[in-house]
Amino acid sequence: MTVDPSEDRSVSVLPDDLWTQPTPSVPVDLGDEPVRRQVVPGSMRYDYTPGLASSRFLRGLAEKRILGERCPETGEVYVPPRGVSPVSGLPTTEQVEVGPSATITAFCVVHIGFGVNAPPTPFVSALFLPDGAAVSLYGTMGEIPYDEVRIGMRVEPVWVDDDQLTESMENIRYWRPIDEPDVPAEQLKGHM
Amino acid sequence: MRDVAIVSVAQSQHRRAAAELNEVEMIQPVIRAALDQVGATISDIDFTCSGSSDYLAGQAFSFVMTLDAVGAWPPIVESHVEMDGAWALYEAWLKIQTGAADTAFVYSYSKASPGDLPRVMSRMLDPYYAGPLWPDSVAYAGLQARAMLDAGVTTEQRMAEVAHRNREAARNNPNAQVVGSASVEDLLAAPMFSDPLRVHDCPPISDGGVAVVLAAGDRARDWAERPAWIRGIDHRIDSHQVGARDLTTAPSVAIAAQRAGVDGAFDVAEVHAPFTHQEQLVLDGLGLGDDVVVNPSGGALAANPMMAAGLIRLGEVATRIMDGSVGRGVAHATAGQLLQQNLVCVLEGGD
Repeated sequence: MTVDPSEDRSVSVLPDDLWTQPTPSVPVDLGDEPVRRQVVPGSMRYDYTPGLASSRFLRGLAEKRILGERCPETGEVYVPPRGVSPVSGLPTTEQVEVGPSATITAFCVVHIGFGVNAPPTPFVSALFLPDGAAVSLYGTMGEIPYDEVRIGMRVEPVWVDDDQLTESMENIRYWRPIDEPDVPAEQLKGHM
Repeated sequence: MRDVAIVSVAQSQHRRAAAELNEVEMIQPVIRAALDQVGATISDIDFTCSGSSDYLAGQAFSFVMTLDAVGAWPPIVESHVEMDGAWALYEAWLKIQTGAADTAFVYSYSKASPGDLPRVMSRMLDPYYAGPLWPDSVAYAGLQARAMLDAGVTTEQRMAEVAHRNREAARNNPNAQVVGSASVEDLLAAPMFSDPLRVHDCPPISDGGVAVVLAAGDRARDWAERPAWIRGIDHRIDSHQVGARDLTTAPSVAIAAQRAGVDGAFDVAEVHAPFTHQEQLVLDGLGLGDDVVVNPSGGALAANPMMAAGLIRLGEVATRIMDGSVGRGVAHATAGQLLQQNLVCVLEGGD
């Protein structure tokens, strides 16, 4: 298998001097030209199964519904659900539809995009607390200048076209503001 | 040394693929059962330690998700080993010895079914010389079996007898995956799988897990009528480079056994020997007499959830001590390639 050294890394281009490898402070004299690189192709395939709770969540997404699950002890609703309450350790079996409206609990203005699907920079990634949920979902903001995003802002998901819906988080293209008053930060305590 | 005992053991019903469940859904009932058996909640536990592997799960930091089943929020004192749970138990035992904890909860598990286990296992090899060649774990075990057969240390007949005895014993194990065996004669008539190994020489691929509660002194006596006291525990490791080892012996078993105080009479031994030829190496290293009952559970040949099959051996001995059916036993766990790393634990009833 031949590998083009200029093509075999998918790491984003970073500015100079940011996270670059420092030169060794101790010179290494190995006499001959050192072996600097060993290319070892390899892959492992996993047929991953999401489990009962995540399957329910993913099927809900295919219907543009955000389904959390309730802790039988505390009543908190977790989304995406993984099947067990992290507080009580008990199975979550009651499904609860949350959102779609949500509140921003934290955000970051991204100037260096990672990955092939990153929006044009600068963009805003944020944590969105769906109404009725105890925890937030990750996503990106759209339809608003990056410097107008704020904690407490009310938002809604923008879904892909109906014929594009699958059992995937990518069903939510991004989130956008809705015309509702901000939620005061003190009301978001415990969810940030 | 503080007196520390296993006071509760629970395990899953092991099977080839728990396909409908994610890892936390698979292990949650096991975790709950181990705590419920002693009437404990996580707030009664001073230290929690788990064993699992991201390579098996196919996910980064997979153990963090299974912590949900412990009830790890608000935060608890917690640790993890990328090893069989027997080593998680060792860490918990040490923690109790330091006095930093009186009680501990230990669990381990794996879902090997999403991946190609024999290939995944090759990722334990060094990444420069052996790893790039992707030798699968069954072929690797075949090297050891061949060396042992050639040296006259074992025979195909004896290997088949080990398979037969373990899987017949598994008839009494409700958690076993492979139960019952054809006759030794029929086993030997089967074709080679990875010569000199036949299918019966290999462990099953299993999804499953195990959970154990440890407690010191009076706390152990409160929680269990007959605590299974840990009278000795030690682990040793041989070279990571398989070519540097004599594969017909397992010196680290013998040293760990000596350090753990394996001498005198034992009622039962549970040894972690995934391939049939390996059982003899472990028994030779332990130096047990012929009167010891070996692997009444069926051992790893009956169910072999990676990262759990070693801790299950300790659990199987402890369970028999706690139910009064045996007085003293030895348990062995292995990790790495071809019995590279070995842990030995002596467990005993009484006060």
